[in-house]
Amino acid sequence: MVSINYYLGLAIILFTIGALGVLIRRNAIIVFMSVELMLNAANLAFVAFARYWQSMNGQIFVFFIMTVAAAEVAIGLALIVTIFRSKASIDVDQMNSLKG
Amino acid sequence: MSLQLFLFLVLALVAITSALGMLINRNAIYSALFLVLNFATVAVFFLLLNAPFIAVAQVSVYAGAIMVLFLFVIMLLGAERAGQIQSIPWQRPLAIALALVLLLEAGFILYSQRGVAPMVTGTLPPGFGSPAQVGKVLFSTYLLPFEVTSVLLLVAMIGAIVLTKNEKK
Repeated sequence: MVSINYYLGLAIILFTIGALGVLIRRNAIIVFMSVELMLNAANLAFVAFARYWQSMNGQIFVFFIMTVAAAEVAIGLALIVTIFRSKASIDVDQMNSLKG
Repeated sequence: MSLQLFLFLVLALVAITSALGMLINRNAIYSALFLVLNFATVAVFFLLLNAPFIAVAQVSVYAGAIMVLFLFVIMLLGAERAGQIQSIPWQRPLAIALALVLLLEAGFILYSQRGVAPMVTGTLPPGFGSPAQVGKVLFSTYLLPFEVTSVLLLVAMIGAIVLTKNEKK
């Protein structure tokens, strides 16, 4: 059995790559994908802890995180489509005014 | 080196490479496909961690539904190459430096706590992580959050319809 520290290290690396993607990419869709990557890294840590504590609660939390991620993607992509309609761009630097 | 550790290292390499590919690639379609590969690799990790139900849910919900939605929107908007121009020149190096700080800090915490993490060696109870057991916990301990989740999904559905509705009619 692989030690839990390996899984936590992998989750840390994936989370950092996701955070870096949010910071350096200007395409709103890629920013969203990076958020998904960070959620996925958290899921990996949850399942690793669930395995090592032999408790189902961690896996149930992953289930809920997946549900929230699905809702977030549906709303986020709808927002991106709406912004694209009014600005003809999804560059996050262009989204700098509250007026539609 | 045991077989499990070897398998873990190979899969970890694939996961990190596909995540970096998602980050670096200029074309959003390729980024999305790299992310699908990453999600599939993480699903294999879930299988290794005795969570078969979560692994299948990962493949069908994440790699299936969510990424299809992403690809659909990218192709709908024709936004494969959007957002290339960096308007703040110092943002990229600063972001990379801050990400390195985050990585080093989290790695240091993990290293300094390496003896604290639980090392449970006993055998797993039979059926651990099976759909039956997930369902049993979900509908007993977590019944109320599960019901709230259905409301959340309903709100997301209505919100997506209202947001994308064309009002110029």
